[in-house]
Amino acid sequence: MESNLIIKDKQKNKLEKAFEILKTMASKPSGLIGLTIVLFHVVLALISPYIAPYDYKAISPNTMLLAPSAEHWFGTDSLGRDVFTRTILGGRTALTVTFFGSLIALLWGGLLGIFCGLVGGKIDDVVMRVVDAFLSIPWILAMLLIVSLLGTSTEVLIPALGFFYGKGIVRVARAATHDVIAKDFIVSARARGHSNMSIIWNEIIPNVRDAILVEGAMRWSWMLLGFSSLSFLGFGVSPPTPDWGLMISNARGLMSFAYWSVIAPIVGLSSLIIGINLTADAFAKALGIDRSTKAPV
Amino acid sequence: MNEIIESVKNLSIGFNSQKGKQISILRNVSTNIKKGETVGIVGESGSGKSTLALAMMGYIKQGLFPLKGECLFKSEDLLKMSSRQLEKIRGRKIAMIPQNAGQALTPNLKIGYQIDEALKLHTDLNKRERDKKISELLNKVRLPSPETMAFRYPHELSGGQQQRVAVAMALAGKPDLLLLDEPTTGLDVTTQAHVLELLRFIAKDTGTSMIYVSHDLGAIAQVSDRIVVMYAGEIVLEGPARKILKEPIHPYTYGLLKSIPKLSLSGLPASMPGSQPQPGSINEGCSFYDRCNLATDNCKKNSPDLEHIKELDTNVRCFNYKELINQNNNLQTSITKKSNNGEGNEILKLKDVSISYAKQKFFDQLLNKISDQNPTVKDINIDIKKGETIALVGESGSGKSTILKSIAGLLKTKDGQIKFENDRILSSNLKMRNPNDLRAIQLIFQNPDESLNPNHTVEQILSQPLKLYFNLSGEELKKNIIDLLKKVRLGEFYMSRYPRQLSGGEKQRVAVARAFAAKPDIILCDEVTSALDVSVQAAVLNLLQQLKEDLGTTYVFVSHDLAVVRAISDRVAVLYQGRLCEIGPSQNVYKFPSHPYTEVLLGAVLEPDPDIKPKLVAEDIVEEKPPEKGCSFQGRCPRKIGDICNSEVPPWQIGENGNAIRCHINIEELASLQQ
Amino acid sequence: MLLLILKRIGLGLITLFIVSLITFVGVEVLPGDACTTYLEREAYGAALDACIKRLGLDVPAYERYLDWASNVVRGDFGYSLSGEMPINEVLGPRVKNSLVLASVSILIGIPLAIVLGIITALWRDKLPDIMISTITIFSMTIPEFISATLLILIVAIWLGWLPGIVIIPSDATFYELLSNIILPVVAISMIMTAHMARMVRSSVIQVMASDYVQMAILKGVPYWKMVFRHVLPNALLPAINVVALTIAWLLGGVVVTEVVFNYPGLGRLVIESISNRDLPVVQALAIILASIYVGINLIADLMTLMLNPRLKSLQIRK
Repeated sequence: MESNLIIKDKQKNKLEKAFEILKTMASKPSGLIGLTIVLFHVVLALISPYIAPYDYKAISPNTMLLAPSAEHWFGTDSLGRDVFTRTILGGRTALTVTFFGSLIALLWGGLLGIFCGLVGGKIDDVVMRVVDAFLSIPWILAMLLIVSLLGTSTEVLIPALGFFYGKGIVRVARAATHDVIAKDFIVSARARGHSNMSIIWNEIIPNVRDAILVEGAMRWSWMLLGFSSLSFLGFGVSPPTPDWGLMISNARGLMSFAYWSVIAPIVGLSSLIIGINLTADAFAKALGIDRSTKAPV
Repeated sequence: MNEIIESVKNLSIGFNSQKGKQISILRNVSTNIKKGETVGIVGESGSGKSTLALAMMGYIKQGLFPLKGECLFKSEDLLKMSSRQLEKIRGRKIAMIPQNAGQALTPNLKIGYQIDEALKLHTDLNKRERDKKISELLNKVRLPSPETMAFRYPHELSGGQQQRVAVAMALAGKPDLLLLDEPTTGLDVTTQAHVLELLRFIAKDTGTSMIYVSHDLGAIAQVSDRIVVMYAGEIVLEGPARKILKEPIHPYTYGLLKSIPKLSLSGLPASMPGSQPQPGSINEGCSFYDRCNLATDNCKKNSPDLEHIKELDTNVRCFNYKELINQNNNLQTSITKKSNNGEGNEILKLKDVSISYAKQKFFDQLLNKISDQNPTVKDINIDIKKGETIALVGESGSGKSTILKSIAGLLKTKDGQIKFENDRILSSNLKMRNPNDLRAIQLIFQNPDESLNPNHTVEQILSQPLKLYFNLSGEELKKNIIDLLKKVRLGEFYMSRYPRQLSGGEKQRVAVARAFAAKPDIILCDEVTSALDVSVQAAVLNLLQQLKEDLGTTYVFVSHDLAVVRAISDRVAVLYQGRLCEIGPSQNVYKFPSHPYTEVLLGAVLEPDPDIKPKLVAEDIVEEKPPEKGCSFQGRCPRKIGDICNSEVPPWQIGENGNAIRCHINIEELASLQQ
Repeated sequence: MLLLILKRIGLGLITLFIVSLITFVGVEVLPGDACTTYLEREAYGAALDACIKRLGLDVPAYERYLDWASNVVRGDFGYSLSGEMPINEVLGPRVKNSLVLASVSILIGIPLAIVLGIITALWRDKLPDIMISTITIFSMTIPEFISATLLILIVAIWLGWLPGIVIIPSDATFYELLSNIILPVVAISMIMTAHMARMVRSSVIQVMASDYVQMAILKGVPYWKMVFRHVLPNALLPAINVVALTIAWLLGGVVVTEVVFNYPGLGRLVIESISNRDLPVVQALAIILASIYVGINLIADLMTLMLNPRLKSLQIRK
């Protein structure tokens, strides 16, 4: 009964802390704008299948390349599909793929980084060398290779993106762990005779968590950038799935006379990336971490 | 002599809080600096003393801004000047000697360039004359080989040398006023005394006025003609140095002086309750109200003005100062402690302990041995009795913390044994020790900011040892935590606080509570008070003593501060370069005869008394490694007798006072030399 | 010092070795080999046998790796599958074109980034900072293919000032190239400059808050002299490495930009060879791009070594 109460107390504490962070983030205009944009996109992604006015894959020769009108708010594309419908559905794909991708990146990058930071020495050297080597293959080449050989399903895309964007998190997690390990409270726990697992769980993880989460938020925006670049090159999700990169790529050739079909996905994609970026920035600042010194590797 | 150089009038400086409130960290400060005079500004961290000093150069830190008042330098307001005008004054009329010269010298520029820059800006000398002047200046601050010194980078110098370079740089523009912001803080005891001596010499030699800002009344006492005492952004007491130090008539200054441990007193210093209020938290009444034992209802409601008392030539901010006049006899007292004169059984024995930081070579690694012939710490033999407080004392690099770590099992010993209770050998590998031995030996660290996990509440911090060693949970755990908090005089409501919500003293109390949670036999204290303010330090020392008397714990107390060690310890071991120099009951170690190194250390201690001047008997050179042969102190020893010191390790000699000294000079001869 | 340099070079070579292993093993473990991948549905009978023979797929993997690696060390990447010509001949002009594009972007980007970074740091939270920082956030986050597309739409289509697509043969001369690369250079350097400017900004801000800058001010050093002598050398030094990492990372952006502008460089070759499933060319590209990455980082390391007084004095003492 009593311990139950304590747990409840802790949860409340955590919720309060999260709320506090959100409040700090929203206290600056840039953070507020970022949060609003992300929230807008997430909500839109959740409800878009129910509010989409047309079928996203319905091809109709009668409605090819219509300019924006009351019926087709954003006009239609070269196959006569409604651009508005495809734009609001496009966010779904982008958000799902990159969200789960970031999650995978956070998980493996964070764990490997903490591990390397902990063991140090030769093992750390070797692992970091290998990570560095992966880093030196341009991500786009590696991604293209994987996708071209394994196909463009989301089952391939998500882990592949997660893998490639986790490398940077390894570095951050490792550096943060290195910093924490030198602190006296770790020495104190070691001298008391706590087990390694308990030290990792109680002392290290809570202190590197912030840095890793911020890095993950940052990765998310870059992953979105990478994913849409892939789609643009024709190596992302396969048609006719609505996807912003693909839409831009398809409409690009016609933009001299049907600019609307390219403007809508551009606005959608850019606003989401900027939104995530501003949010990540505000998140970092709310946690007291300066992220602008880091390279996007 | 009476010409006023700079005068501060009603200065308030503050910042805007996140909630948009204006919070002042300097409130209504007024003072005058006369020509040729050295003024000491003293206060604990957060008292606003550095902000005041910087404002006197027309510099306000980013985020702060002046709320009202002025800083008049030769009747011109520095705070209203353009940056162009200020450039003409800074370095030329008023120069600064910073706290940490190591960080205040630009890393990519050579020493010579940085001094030359000041000369170029503030004198009309040509290149040849400037070069000559640079070596003159380097000579004046007594740096070795000034010719080559100019071509070195800041990071190639030792801390004391860097500080001397900063002095030379400040002198380059021949300023009328020198501002010194904690210029000796962070330096070793002997280096500190040397730098202070240099500053005093310069003040006399050049007739420059000086403002000396420090938290250390000992340093202030050595240099100041007049002292200004700051508390919570206000001047609370101001007057001639001797008057302030000998007959303080403000309760804060009185308490502060009483809380400083002194070499001449063997007991613990009296402590002041509480800590300095945060900026912005004082709404009405005297800022010292809740720590003051003279406080009345009047003090709670009204804040006193700075009152001038003609007969004492002193300004004081207190309604009840009269009660403190003629109370000065009480200053030289201390709380007597129950000392342990070695009746107990031996609980911990260090036998021939050596520790090496050298990296193992490949073959040695294979054979699992360390072949370093000249280890960092060597031949340590100390027997520690149950219930006593033994102090390890020495400057940085003396190996005192290293020994502590190896007792805790955090560092492997190269040779020798650590024996615990009934001569049972403790493994030097932490993982090989049994849980009960781990419980029996606990550590308290220097800086509670680093030793407490910032993501844990006080409850979580204290529950860790309780869960680990005693498997407590639920109601029982909570009860134990509350008990522990009570032991270190913290209320129950501290349980839900995070370390960042506590003051420095409170954090250290939590660290003490965590160590005691294990019900340990031995507590290893690593410079536990050096990160704390003086008034807080006294409180922590008293707490440690009280707990020890109640629970019979044994302390191994590491410190660089001889006065603190004098106050708390029963026995003292003096270390130099990882070798023992002297060991004995503390009242005897502080008496002659002493090992020459102990003599040097004792001579360099700065007492808050203008009549006790430090004696400088040895150079403050830094040695990077202990010598391979002979006496460890051979390089700096003022009493060195010849080749024997370089070639043979000196024997132990036991004096009639009971302290053992490791020296080639006969102990009776040493005694007569030192009288 | 020399030892330190050799060590860095050695580490770079080790990295390249691991990259070659990764690409080789990567291609090995993925389903199908170079021939079945390339021939797809025609992968049977004589065609397959011929292909296997030509690529030497009938010998064990490690032998092939050694063979391939030793040829690569000698600068020979073997034959491409699609063009059936030496990869070196395919690569040559492409490498040149991409180098022109990348180096022009870097030459414009780095100085611009330093200037912008310094301006934003010195006028921190004032109008110039707010304006420039807002622009950098935008240009940093918007993908190259969007900025490139917008550039074409606005500059080439609506305004008609510059050609929208690069229509030159892959062996065009340097001058022919220059007139065509304005828009691609803008697209690439926008994102790169923004990233680097942000890093320079925060580095300068950090140094400006240091004790030694405060000391320089209190010494009476005039503002700009302080900025140039005391701030910049110390602020830019740590930025070198980070800038190098950024440049290397942005090589990916070059690929996309080349595709948008139809520019005959390495980037488009990446897409072409992958679309054609021409694995030998892909392997060659991986090694080349990784070498560029390692090279840039090596240069940055060496620059830091040369400029850092701490390391310089190390050399004197030894």
